[in-house]
Amino acid sequence: MTDIQELVTGLVEKHGRKREKLLPILQGVIEKERSVSDFAMVEIAKQMGISAADVYGTATFYSFMDTEPRGEYVIRICKTITCFMKGKNQILLALEDALKIKLGETTPDRKFTLLETNCLGWCHKAPAMLINDEIYTDLTIEKVHEIIVEYKNK
Amino acid sequence: MGKHMLKRIDLIFKNEHDTDAILQKIFKRSNEDLINDLIGSGLKGRGGAGFPTGLKWKLTSEAEGDEKYVICNADEGEPGTFKDREILSQVPHKVLTGMAACGRIIGAKKGFIYLRGEYNFLKPNLQKEIDNFHKILKSLKSDFRIEIFSGSGAYICGEESSLMESMEGRRGEPRNKPPFPTEIGYLGKPTVINNVETLAHAWTIFKYGPKKFRDLGVQDSRGSKLFSVSGDTPVAGIYELELGMSLQDFVDDFGDGDTKAVQVGGAAGFCVPRKKFRETAIGYQGKLTGISLPTGGSMMLFNSSRSMYNVLKNYLEFFEEESCGQCTPCRVGCQQLLEGVEAVKRGDKPHHYLDKLMRLTETMKLTAKCGLGQSVANSFSSIVENFREEMIY
Repeated sequence: MTDIQELVTGLVEKHGRKREKLLPILQGVIEKERSVSDFAMVEIAKQMGISAADVYGTATFYSFMDTEPRGEYVIRICKTITCFMKGKNQILLALEDALKIKLGETTPDRKFTLLETNCLGWCHKAPAMLINDEIYTDLTIEKVHEIIVEYKNK
Repeated sequence: MGKHMLKRIDLIFKNEHDTDAILQKIFKRSNEDLINDLIGSGLKGRGGAGFPTGLKWKLTSEAEGDEKYVICNADEGEPGTFKDREILSQVPHKVLTGMAACGRIIGAKKGFIYLRGEYNFLKPNLQKEIDNFHKILKSLKSDFRIEIFSGSGAYICGEESSLMESMEGRRGEPRNKPPFPTEIGYLGKPTVINNVETLAHAWTIFKYGPKKFRDLGVQDSRGSKLFSVSGDTPVAGIYELELGMSLQDFVDDFGDGDTKAVQVGGAAGFCVPRKKFRETAIGYQGKLTGISLPTGGSMMLFNSSRSMYNVLKNYLEFFEEESCGQCTPCRVGCQQLLEGVEAVKRGDKPHHYLDKLMRLTETMKLTAKCGLGQSVANSFSSIVENFREEMIY
């Protein structure tokens, strides 16, 4: 059994095979792998006894369920109006500079992926970004560089 | 800022921790009494739609069903709102108590908190609160239990029927209404779905009685409400204020002295220009004269340095991405609106093309399946009407 098969088996055992458990199972894969591959989706479908199209259709609906390979740390910078007004573009440039990648890309060492996202709910402390589930607010260019150094050393 | 124009209310975040006593008090009273208190308080849904909460609970309590559910909608995705996050971090026990009271009234044994994926960091603490709460319920011989269900980054799932589709393991595509969730909700069973803040207000009403709540606000807009204040303001943050306030008073308290517009209700809401601040009240229309705007609490201020074209373009990009794509008016409409305003700005389309786009939003309002597609018209027409020259030059 591959690692992914084992992971899916564990998740299906934990949550059960009811359709309403599909999101928690997909989220369990994302939490571990940061994305859900075609192979993982087919495996989930098999083990839950539903069609792979159903799994694929569901997973691709949600912006946090990445189907492309992602880095260990997925950075999502908020691009909605208040963050936009408070200098989100400068923050994005600082991130691109610190990581040496462009928006949408993953670092060659597979450590970071840089993405944009819609409103994170921190408009009063804009600009804001998520790194996996951690939130960072009131971002400045200096702060961004410090945060990235911290993650690079993890 | 010195003196405030608007009275600050301190109910929701007031730190009171007598969950045990309040639950005992609630469980001792009859369902009818409790519902009458809610109806008497005048509480309306605080997510923005404003359906009377007491009536929602009453309808669900009367609906036929072997199982029923309570769902707390914590999929707070409307741009400019962030109050629910703060309620769930500071006073989660009030929300849990509201859910348990609802469960007891409608006859549900199970409650869910649908927490947006962006708020995953709240989970460890919230789960701890739920575990403690379950211990109290157990000691009171209640078998009501609450579970967290995580979202995964989809604005549309804040719409109640999409939220239920999502919980059922599917794409978060809205259902046709009716039937309403009070009859056919989660897994086809009668379901009460309430915003986080609504449930926290229920706590206040059951603790202090309906009068304390009803005495706040005006006419059809009773009680206090949390407002998420952001944008060009020196005092961004969360404030509890009375419903029915004048937008002018709000701007006097929260503006930076140069406010040219306020977006009330987020990207799905309305843009009010300076010249209409005085005639605009924040609340439900009812018997009020002038313009009155309901809101989930998102208040975004823009000063004269901002281009309203950029604001509208940002909203349209948001809607284009977040439209679920299920119905054509919204899927194609959002794309056409975005391309349209860009083309007018570039000079590739004549000015009057804006009027054509306005008619498109009217069609979307009429034909889109859910609130998302219908409400794109709100921000579009209110920005284009009031700031037309900024769209063109």
